[in-house]
Amino acid sequence: MSTEHSVPHFLKPLLETPFHARARALSQHDSYVPWAGYTTVDVFTSAEQEYFAIRNASTLYDITPMVKYRVAGPDAERYLNHLVTRDVRKLRVGRVSYVVWCNDDGHIIDDGTLFRLGPNDFRVCTAERQLDWLLDSAIGFDVVVEEVTEDIAALSMQGPTSCYILKRFGLEGIETLKPFELRDFTVRGGTIMVSRTGFTGDLGYELWMHPEHALTTWDELMSAGQTRGLRAIGSQALNMARIEAGFLMPNVDFVSAEHTVRIGRDRTPLELGLGWLVEFDKPHYTGRRALLAQQRRGLSRLLVGIDVEGNKPAHNALLYRDRDGNHEVGSVMSALWSPTCKRNLALAIIDAPHHAMGSTVWADIYLNRELVWERRMVAARVVERPFFAPDRRRLTPPADR
Amino acid sequence: MAATAKRHDVIVVGAGHNGLVAACYLARAGLDVLVVERNDYIGGAAVSRQLYEDFTYSNCSYVCSLLRPEIMRTLELPRYGLQIIPYDGGCTMMRDGNHLALYDNHDALRREIARHSKRDAEAYDRYSRDVIRQCKFIRPLLLREPPDPTSFKPRDITELLYIGQRFHRMGEERMYDTLRFWTMSAADFLDEYFESEIVKAHFAGSSIIGTALGPRSPGSAYVLLHHYMGDIDETVGAWGFARGGMGSVTASLTKSLQASGGAVRTGAPVERILVRNGRSCGVALASGEEIGAKIVVSNMDVKRTFLDSMDAEHLPEDFVKAVRRFKIRGSSGKLNIALDGLPTFPAIPKGSPAIRGDLHITDTIEMMERAYDDWKDGRWSQAPYVDMLMPSQIDPTMAADGKHYMSVFVQYCPYELADGPWTDAKRAAFGETVVQAIERQSPDFRSLIRHMEVRTPWDIEREVGLTEGNIFQGELTMDQLLFNRPVPGYAQYRTPVKGLYLSGSSTHPGGGVMGAPGANCARRVLADLGRSA
Repeated sequence: MSTEHSVPHFLKPLLETPFHARARALSQHDSYVPWAGYTTVDVFTSAEQEYFAIRNASTLYDITPMVKYRVAGPDAERYLNHLVTRDVRKLRVGRVSYVVWCNDDGHIIDDGTLFRLGPNDFRVCTAERQLDWLLDSAIGFDVVVEEVTEDIAALSMQGPTSCYILKRFGLEGIETLKPFELRDFTVRGGTIMVSRTGFTGDLGYELWMHPEHALTTWDELMSAGQTRGLRAIGSQALNMARIEAGFLMPNVDFVSAEHTVRIGRDRTPLELGLGWLVEFDKPHYTGRRALLAQQRRGLSRLLVGIDVEGNKPAHNALLYRDRDGNHEVGSVMSALWSPTCKRNLALAIIDAPHHAMGSTVWADIYLNRELVWERRMVAARVVERPFFAPDRRRLTPPADR
Repeated sequence: MAATAKRHDVIVVGAGHNGLVAACYLARAGLDVLVVERNDYIGGAAVSRQLYEDFTYSNCSYVCSLLRPEIMRTLELPRYGLQIIPYDGGCTMMRDGNHLALYDNHDALRREIARHSKRDAEAYDRYSRDVIRQCKFIRPLLLREPPDPTSFKPRDITELLYIGQRFHRMGEERMYDTLRFWTMSAADFLDEYFESEIVKAHFAGSSIIGTALGPRSPGSAYVLLHHYMGDIDETVGAWGFARGGMGSVTASLTKSLQASGGAVRTGAPVERILVRNGRSCGVALASGEEIGAKIVVSNMDVKRTFLDSMDAEHLPEDFVKAVRRFKIRGSSGKLNIALDGLPTFPAIPKGSPAIRGDLHITDTIEMMERAYDDWKDGRWSQAPYVDMLMPSQIDPTMAADGKHYMSVFVQYCPYELADGPWTDAKRAAFGETVVQAIERQSPDFRSLIRHMEVRTPWDIEREVGLTEGNIFQGELTMDQLLFNRPVPGYAQYRTPVKGLYLSGSSTHPGGGVMGAPGANCARRVLADLGRSA
């Protein structure tokens, strides 16, 4: 795969996605952030308004920069089953699965979504570039692994009115698509693959298309959704929603084992609270032995959700056993005052035994109030995750609004 | 007379938001709580009604900001379905076709105000600062019981000291400002900041909403502040919609109550609060059924509780007199309108988000004051002040796609007309006055109307039970606030009848869908029972 770009990389290192022209036109702040080699919008109008559109109406988020790999061949299932911790044999054609993969020490390399497009045809979507690891892992399997990121434009459409808007857009039968299901739709002569997936914990879909259909699809979606509150959102709003949904963000909540330099910075999926993705009742896979040993040994630390007293987000707070702050037991990875839950939420990694459900730890929060720093030591309780899980995310057919 | 066998710990009279908030806290503390409601539906003045086809009306209260986040969090209202969605924008349309819009984006707002006055655009920052300072002083007092300044009880003295210290910490200049602010008129207050008529008129709006005061009446500046006191996720003064209409607030409270073992009975109007030996012992329903309870919490306003729902023989003479004198004047009407499409307002530029917020058509303080003069003369304002919103632009659940629900709050409309009682014809004429006023800014508005509910203060009293249809359960003037609300000496949710408490907006800190009176009342009941919340 080779795509020519008009401006050379040494003058313009970041690529533009096929939707960039539309995004630029809607951006009121000229606020962009790099994401996997692309320039993407951080905030269009206001992060709050964009966030509330996710929870109240509908939103478009450009996910083209997600790194996409095609995995195909007679050994594709066997290869992937050897790569990831979930049992790929159970993944039926037309379904999507959330997966993680590890190194031999059981340390997480990345998480991503695995799409089964056919018996021997898969797509892997990840946040980080993985080709080196994926090809090394393919040794001995009759399988083709290729990066297809630039070949596929993708949009995430999330929010309670998203199904209604997609119906109006012309996706016939979209209402029968179940969570984690994928299907091809023909609309105006082109084909769009739609999966009922997303990163918001709400009703939502992801649309995968050929880049040449990108702009017309964007325009037609926008016009179909105009009366139902559809708006483009940037990564800030998405980040708020994903914390409420309890999803992890690489390089925020964990660092890939491929990138860690310091000892003790690697994390296993069990430690990240992703034990439900780790299956032992399947053939050998990378990291299995280490994970099994860790499961038998018990966890010395665990990523959990906490509810922090007060309304100041516990960004970067260290966590202590007692109020006196002498005995450190963990730290906050992601924090948010949740506008929907009206709770002060955080994802934190906490040492045993303080990570048990219902335990209380103390968070050391620093606040800058009109340039004067104040320190607050407040209680935080380990609570259930996800923090926000409305029924509409699972309902099939979904309501129109 | 049939008496039900079961005796409850607490009966709450009225399933409005404050009654339900009180009930939730009491049920969470382990008490057996029953809420009785005279209407067939729950919610009091926080309701979502489907009166026409697929339209949902927030037909009483219509926006949400004051509901205390502490209450939402403790009672887990989001978990029980409550979602508050903030709206941006807001705009006053002018008779000359110009307009003043309010934008969230600070730079957009500055440039917008500067179209009318460059100086006002910069004065706006000073205005916001001062309003936020006052809010910061008052907000912590909302969820506290007001101390009685004549009392020597340790609790009262501690509370007075708390307020005194906070007050003192503001510094000399701000202390003076506070005292002036609490007593002056909104017009005088705004004159200290702005020169442009339209800017003053826009901000003066919230000083008259729900109150029988004009913008030039002393005390109206506080009412302005009262509307700023709320916040959404710490954005002070931000307003929002409850997704699904205001009934979502009371629906989520009901679910929270039921999860803690409490119950609500609808269609059960209370005839009398029963008192024996100076103690409340339950309620008698209109059906004749009596329900026993150790404690009765009345969420009705103070007049309805003491003058209409119990025998005066149980009450001290002075107390009854004070309750009679309590000012609870009806001054607001409401139109709920189902629209076939989004009306056009030529004064608002195409593409401006202003149309999604609160829309107004009164462009001078003078015009507002004239509207008030009509009320004093016993007629509805001929050129009324309206607070008009179309929540369906933001909340998709309020109307079908392409249709819109419009809520029009109207100031002023009297409870009693000079020319005799309200009739259907007069109600229709009142509605017509408002439609005509809006029509002047929106030529296609009338043609889009498919259904319209017109409510006068008299209707609101009859249907919701609020005396004179006063939305705050009593004027928010200094003589009726803090330790004076509702009656001096009885500002701590207790009443002269042992075991009878008040939870409604007649008590501190007053009206709005805030929940604070209900929460404070529950705390008082639990303290008297020797329990902790």
